[in-house]
Amino acid sequence: MQGYRSLILQGALITIELAIFSLILAIIIGVICALGKLSKRSALRLACQAYTSLIRGVPDLVLMMLIFFGLQFLLNNITDFFDIDMLEIDPFVAGIITLGFIYGAYFTETFRGAFQAVPKTLIDAATALGMNKCHTFIYVRFPLMMRFALPGIANNWLVILKATALVSLLGLFDLVKATKTAGEATYQPLFFALIAGAFYLFFTSISNIILWWLEKHYSIGITKAKL
Amino acid sequence: MLEILQDYWKALLWSDGNHITGLAMTLWILILSVSLGGLFALVLAIGRNSKHFFIKWPIWLFTYIFRGTPLYVQLLIIYTGIYTLSFVNQHQSLNDFFQSGLNCTILAFALNTCAYTTEVFAGAIRNVPNGEIEAATALGFNRCQLYRYIILPRAFRIALPAYSNEVIFMLHSTALAFTVTVQDVMKIARDIYAETYQPFHAFGIAAVIYLFISFVLIFGFRQLEKHYLLYMNVSNSKIC
Repeated sequence: MQGYRSLILQGALITIELAIFSLILAIIIGVICALGKLSKRSALRLACQAYTSLIRGVPDLVLMMLIFFGLQFLLNNITDFFDIDMLEIDPFVAGIITLGFIYGAYFTETFRGAFQAVPKTLIDAATALGMNKCHTFIYVRFPLMMRFALPGIANNWLVILKATALVSLLGLFDLVKATKTAGEATYQPLFFALIAGAFYLFFTSISNIILWWLEKHYSIGITKAKL
Repeated sequence: MLEILQDYWKALLWSDGNHITGLAMTLWILILSVSLGGLFALVLAIGRNSKHFFIKWPIWLFTYIFRGTPLYVQLLIIYTGIYTLSFVNQHQSLNDFFQSGLNCTILAFALNTCAYTTEVFAGAIRNVPNGEIEAATALGFNRCQLYRYIILPRAFRIALPAYSNEVIFMLHSTALAFTVTVQDVMKIARDIYAETYQPFHAFGIAAVIYLFISFVLIFGFRQLEKHYLLYMNVSNSKIC
């Protein structure tokens, strides 16, 4: 155990970094595609619809392999074409891109529902006060949308966090890979696999506490129906 | 592309000549783990809503642990971990069971889906309208009859949309089975990739197969919802 402590902690750090960066990317993609799905242009709507249905119908693992190996394949073809040296994609960056791209589709659905939940009268009021489209979006639609989207974001975050376990299959040295290596080296696979599980349980518990607090914070203006 | 399909279509769909592989294997894992997990979840969901602390609390702990850790880690614990335990080594039948990747996969998947499904069912049971339970009690239903005729049928209808999501998630999770040497669709796709170095062809084929199963499942569940939730549609359309 002693010799592997730093290795496992490093792996845990990579897992957390990966989860947070891909969450940010997924949220950005999600907001853009949600706006695309609600836009008046039918081509844009169709493209975003295809993106969300296709991504959500295919297992994340298959997509991960497809995007990860596919990106490298494309890059190799491009470098071959221009006759330059082969470029290796950094697995960490590729992991963020693939996770962000996949979970962007799930966030799109969350944000689309949230944007639609914003009462139309509030947008009309903002227009009546002389706000232009951009200001309405920044000061009215987006903050109100966030309140409706929060439960969905919380859910998706927990899914992303658990999905990071899959990147070890792409060769990234994350928490699972580190514990697996340690388990094989010491002939104690059960002990180290349990440690990986304990780390994930710790992360999800912390997230649950933070999310509970955030939800309390954001629902200050709303009273729940008491039955 | 055509050559790949010609070489591998049989392996992708049901068999490589010796073993069951590909789509048949994926569906077998899915059906077995979902039905086993669902069966246990039904019992656990009733226990989850029990008044007794010592029934409620262990079930909560079980679902919390299995929902708080990735399925891949659970699979690793069961496949690479458990057979190193000494009491498993000493019993021949246990040893044989945990040596097989397929057994471990089904055990891990069933436990995982059981945890999620328990929460779905337990939430549905909690949401059964109180008036219906009161009415049943007033009509003299005992506890067993109450569950059999009132609570479970109603909870099943409430849980159906969320449960269909869980089954589709489970289908997506079965792609993990290749990590423990099970010959499912994903394993064949990786074989194709190793043979041809064509990532878009190899994983594209797998993606299309999974997409197809997903759509069939979604269609099936939509038909089920149409049938079982008919009474809700009627009331909804009146409101809207």
